[in-house]
Amino acid sequence: MNKTVILQLKNITKKFGTKVIANNNVSLDVYKGEILSILGENGCGKTTLMNMVAGIYYPDSGKILINGEEVIIRSPRDAFEHKIGMIHQHFKLIDIFSAAQNVALGVEGEKFNLKEVNNRIKEMAKKYGFNINLDKKIYEMSVSEKQTVEILKVLYRGADILILDEPTAVLTPQEIRSLFKVLSAMRDDGKSIIIITHKLNEVMEISDRVTVLRKGDHIATVNTSETSEKELTEMMVGEKIDLNINRTEPKNSKLRLSVSNLTVKNPDGYNVVDNVSFEAFGGEILGIAGIAGSGQKELLEAIAGLNNYENGKLIYYHPKKNKPVSFFHKTYKRVMELANENAFIDEKGNDIDFTKLTKKEIKELVNSEKIIFKEDEVIDLKDKTPREIRELGIRLSFVPEDRLGMGLVGNMDIVDNMMLRSYRKGKSVFLDRKRPQDLADRIIEELKVNTPDSHTAVRKLSGGNVQKVLVGREIAAAPAILMTAYPVRGLDINSSYTIYNLLNEQKQKGVSVIFVGEDLDVLMALSDRILVLSGGKVSGIVDARTTTKDEIGLLMVQSKENGVTE
Amino acid sequence: MTVTFLMSAIAIGTVLLFGCIGETITEKAGHLNLGIPGIMCTGTVGGCLFVSFYMNSLEVIENASWIILILSSVFGAFLFASLTGAIYAVMTITFRCNQNITGLAITIFGNGLTQFLMHSYVDKTNFSTAGKIIAKCLPFADGSDGIVKVLFGHGFYVYLAIIIALITTFIFNRTKVGLNLRAIGENTATADAMGVNITLYKYVAILIGSGIAGFGGVFYIMDYVKGSWENASTIEAFGWLAIALVIFTLWKPNISIIGSYLFGALYIAAFVFGNISFSGREILKMLPYVITIVVLIVTSMMNKKENQPPASLGLSYFREDR
Repeated sequence: MNKTVILQLKNITKKFGTKVIANNNVSLDVYKGEILSILGENGCGKTTLMNMVAGIYYPDSGKILINGEEVIIRSPRDAFEHKIGMIHQHFKLIDIFSAAQNVALGVEGEKFNLKEVNNRIKEMAKKYGFNINLDKKIYEMSVSEKQTVEILKVLYRGADILILDEPTAVLTPQEIRSLFKVLSAMRDDGKSIIIITHKLNEVMEISDRVTVLRKGDHIATVNTSETSEKELTEMMVGEKIDLNINRTEPKNSKLRLSVSNLTVKNPDGYNVVDNVSFEAFGGEILGIAGIAGSGQKELLEAIAGLNNYENGKLIYYHPKKNKPVSFFHKTYKRVMELANENAFIDEKGNDIDFTKLTKKEIKELVNSEKIIFKEDEVIDLKDKTPREIRELGIRLSFVPEDRLGMGLVGNMDIVDNMMLRSYRKGKSVFLDRKRPQDLADRIIEELKVNTPDSHTAVRKLSGGNVQKVLVGREIAAAPAILMTAYPVRGLDINSSYTIYNLLNEQKQKGVSVIFVGEDLDVLMALSDRILVLSGGKVSGIVDARTTTKDEIGLLMVQSKENGVTE
Repeated sequence: MTVTFLMSAIAIGTVLLFGCIGETITEKAGHLNLGIPGIMCTGTVGGCLFVSFYMNSLEVIENASWIILILSSVFGAFLFASLTGAIYAVMTITFRCNQNITGLAITIFGNGLTQFLMHSYVDKTNFSTAGKIIAKCLPFADGSDGIVKVLFGHGFYVYLAIIIALITTFIFNRTKVGLNLRAIGENTATADAMGVNITLYKYVAILIGSGIAGFGGVFYIMDYVKGSWENASTIEAFGWLAIALVIFTLWKPNISIIGSYLFGALYIAAFVFGNISFSGREILKMLPYVITIVVLIVTSMMNKKENQPPASLGLSYFREDR
């Protein structure tokens, strides 16, 4: 190849503690004016490697050369001096600053003049085709706008080497397309771009060369044009894996949840969920598609009782039919209340008359599990607290952008996080640590969570492992409805498929799974039906087996074209 | 009566203003310094010590020069206060100790040290003379009354406080240093990733903030009470009020000029209006804190991001921590 090498890594090794080897003797060349993908599984050390180039970590051994000269990068400042800029997966922006202020932050050696900064940014934006409002505060921005600010920040410092960590993880297909356009423009301008990713199709689409890492080792660097997705996958995983989602036909689906005319207002009084109606059945996966921020989060939270809805009805069909009373209710009072509502039959299907029986006889009957429910119980979720809703078997595992934001406590270990859901169980005043411990061990083993032990603080785990802990815990509660949002956000192939399979297992057990996803291919391969949200409204419910990507894509932007949203 | 009241309100306000600016600068760097009351105390000792050195070196104490007195008290206060602040800085920045606990320890330590030094080593004999000289106002306002006296009849420190508040506001909002400092308080990791020297900024912010806070105590002793040491224990109380003031002024030094005079007025009202009962006086003294609570509630209900405390306030930072 007739190109100049701009960045060289030689025999880089980095260890965390004594046990974990993040990078083992990695050597790598980056050329001027190319897009290089760094591909690898979750926790294979790709981010760590790049963090050493960006000055966040310092290598234990090995050399970094820029333009053939050895350099020492001890801090992000050093990296900037060598014209290296990194865009981290979790954006490093100051929320209350404007875009321009964020760009100007930390820039040395020039007079501080926001107007001039503004002009320079505008020039760059024009050159590479960005679209950005510089006076907008970061907290008012969408994910893709924030990413744009991050890229501008790096460009403003005159970086020639740009490192992007999972840049497409939270973008819509349209946003990804415009990002790729910008990246190509920068490459043509002579910049070197390194993309850390695990999405094969993007690697094939955008990059010139691919470097594959596996468990800290450098496996190979190949030209994209001379390889295939299949070959890359094998290099990445080290063995052939089955990447099919095994979708079964839904059987004996029963109505579990009926949502009618649900409207949720956000604090600004705007309808984030607007007159939404749908039904979810047991034994099926209902996919929810939509552009980020179309009301997915608010809809799920309303069902889970976490936010108040303006109006609408949430009816839950508690799966009690043909199950013994003692399974749910032990108190005499409640049993008698239900008896008066004529909720029971005996094993043979006959009605039961409790009036002639004594209290003791009734108790015996109930405990012998001979009295079973006639029908599913119909419950209006309106007056239930989030805890009651959870105990009814409606489980929400929401994976927000920062992963730890909802559902897990970062500083607590895996066992303690299990206990967050079970600490009310048991009669003793002391906590039962045995069962959470067992559950934690089971999740670590079954979902292959990569952790030193079950007493490691969750925040120290990598993103994918955190998600496995979160999703695993909710599934372990044997829910009747499992709502999960973005469970594979930022995960590598293997972990993603572990989670898809888990959801499928739940579906086969008769659980009603509601799956909010980002990747349309996955939504179409996993779900039975797909509900499309657009600007808080249901723009359509389609059959996942017969629909097309274009159809869903159109529905996703439908009401936007009518000018309803934003 | 009104003139006396306003003069006193501004004077007490100035004590609070120094503490408030110092604490604001520290908090903008992401450090909640509960040691400010103690630091104001040690600043007082420093100022007093240098003043007594100077006074004792003179043969005729009435000939003491205004400028040297001001300079020695400013220097002594800043030195001692920032040295105390340095203990806090080393503990919280370098050793990453819990900021709240360290701060409380500094306050207890500073207060104790101050009582000890003032009662043993510091020669207080010439303080009342020195106090009179330090409290001198601008020549044209001498002997004036009414509005002129309220505006111009104060000693040097009152104007120093206003100037520092305005400069601090300018630095925060208009300079790169201010931008970087605010960024550290909002999101330390981000500022670090942008190449801002976190440790340097934090140390400088805490040392300067502490030094400024130290002026409050020395002003109170030397200027307001004219060298009397009897009410010195109130300095710690002023320190707490200054921390409350930071919240009240939404971390904005320019607002804190007005805020501190208001707090000063509420504080002094209890003494000036002598005909109210003991319990009534105590209630008046509580008002600043009640107002602070109300402000906290109102700002958190308004939910405007700009009016919230710095987001990284109270968090230790270590780069390789995940």
